[in-house]
Amino acid sequence: MEWTDAEAAREAQLGNQQAFRVLVERHSRALFRLAYRMTGNEHDAEDLVQESFLRAYKQLAKFNERAAFGTWLHRICVNCSLDMIRARKTRREIQNKVEDERAGNWLEQVAAPGPSPERLMQSSQVTELLEPALNNLSENERAAFILRHYEGSNIEEIAQVLGVETSAAKHSVYRAVHKLRRSLAPAWGAAR
Amino acid sequence: MKHLSEEELVEAYYGGLPEEGARHLAECEACRVFFERQSEVLDAIREYPVPERGPGYGGEVWTRVLPQLPAQRKQRWWQVWMLVPAVAALLALAFVAGRWTERTTAVAGIPEKARERVLLLSLSEHLERSQIVLAELANGTAGSSDLLEERDRARELVGANRLLRQTAERLGDTKDAAVLEDLEHVLLEVANAPDTPTSEDATRVQRSIAENELLFKVRITSTDARERGLRL
Repeated sequence: MEWTDAEAAREAQLGNQQAFRVLVERHSRALFRLAYRMTGNEHDAEDLVQESFLRAYKQLAKFNERAAFGTWLHRICVNCSLDMIRARKTRREIQNKVEDERAGNWLEQVAAPGPSPERLMQSSQVTELLEPALNNLSENERAAFILRHYEGSNIEEIAQVLGVETSAAKHSVYRAVHKLRRSLAPAWGAAR
Repeated sequence: MKHLSEEELVEAYYGGLPEEGARHLAECEACRVFFERQSEVLDAIREYPVPERGPGYGGEVWTRVLPQLPAQRKQRWWQVWMLVPAVAALLALAFVAGRWTERTTAVAGIPEKARERVLLLSLSEHLERSQIVLAELANGTAGSSDLLEERDRARELVGANRLLRQTAERLGDTKDAAVLEDLEHVLLEVANAPDTPTSEDATRVQRSIAENELLFKVRITSTDARERGLRL
C-alpha cells in the first residue's frame, strides 16, 4: 500500500529513512520548479532542492501532521532560497542598477496598446527580460510574487512563509507586480 | 469618481477584490484599460519557462541526499533496556484493544482492572524513563554533547510515547494525552538532532522543556499513574 504524505512523514519522524525517500521522490520535481523560479538558475535550484530536503529531515520533529507536507516543504525551500539570495545580494544590487537603467520610462509604454502576450512569448522578449526583472525585486518581493503567481498561495500563507504581517505580504506582491510591469515595459513598447 | 488603486488592481488580478471594487472595475473604462494591460503582462509571464526534470529525478535527488542524512545508529547492548517501555506499551495497547472488543465478544478472562493496571504502570514506567532524558537535557550545560548523548534514548522512547498517547486519546484521557503530546514534541526534537548539534540546538531543547514545564508535568503524571495503577 502506498503511503500518504502524512503517513510517510510520521514514519520518517520515527527515523524510517525509506519513508523519507518516498517523500523525496514524490516532491522533488515540484520543489525544483519552485527553486528554479526563486533563483532563475538551474544549478542553484538543484542545490536548493537538496538543501531543502536535508533541512526538512532535520526539522521533521517540527512538522505538524495537520499541515500539508508539500506546503511545509515549499516553505522550507523558500526560506533556503531567501538565505541564498541574501548571501548574493551585493552581486544582485549591481545587476539591479543596470536593469533599472534599461527599464526606461515605463509609464508611457505601459499605457499604450501592445500585441498579444502569445506573440510576445513567441518572440521570447518577455522571457528574456523576465529573469533580470525578477532579479530587480527584493528577496521578499520575489518570494511573495512567486508564491502568489506560480504557487497559488494566498496572502495569509505568504505572510506565514515570510514571517511578516498580512498587510506587508500583500504590499510585497503589489510592489513585485509594479516593478515587473516597469521592467517588462520595454518588451511591450518594442513589440508595438 | 474614485478610481481603484494599483494595489487594488493587483488584488483584482488574483481574485481578491471586494464586490464594490469589482463593480467599479466593470463600469470604469480607465480602470479596466489599466487592469487589462496589467493582466497582459502577468498572463505573459505565467508560463515562466522552467527546465523540465524527468520522472526519475526524485530518485536522483534521493541518491544525493541519502549520504548526507544523519546516520541511523546501531543498537548498543546497553540500550536494550530502553525497549522495555515500548514492549510494555504494546502489551498495554493489546489489553486496551481487548477492552473495546469485550463489549461484543467475550475476551479470555482477563479482568478489566488488570488491563488498566498494566496500562497505567506502563505509562508511569515510560514517563520515568523519559524523565531521565529530560532531566539530563534540562540540567545540562546546554552543550551539544548532552543532546547527542540523549538522542538515541529519545529515539527509543518516541515510538512507545506515540502508542501511549494514542491509547490515552482513544480512552478520552485528555490530561495524560496532552502531557504525552508535549513530551513527544521534545522527544522528536531530540531524536532528530543533527550529528553535529550546536549549543543553539541544545538551548532550544532546554527552552522547549522549560516553557512547557515539561519535567514537572511528566513527574506528576508518572506518580499519579503509578498510584492509580497500584490502587487497582
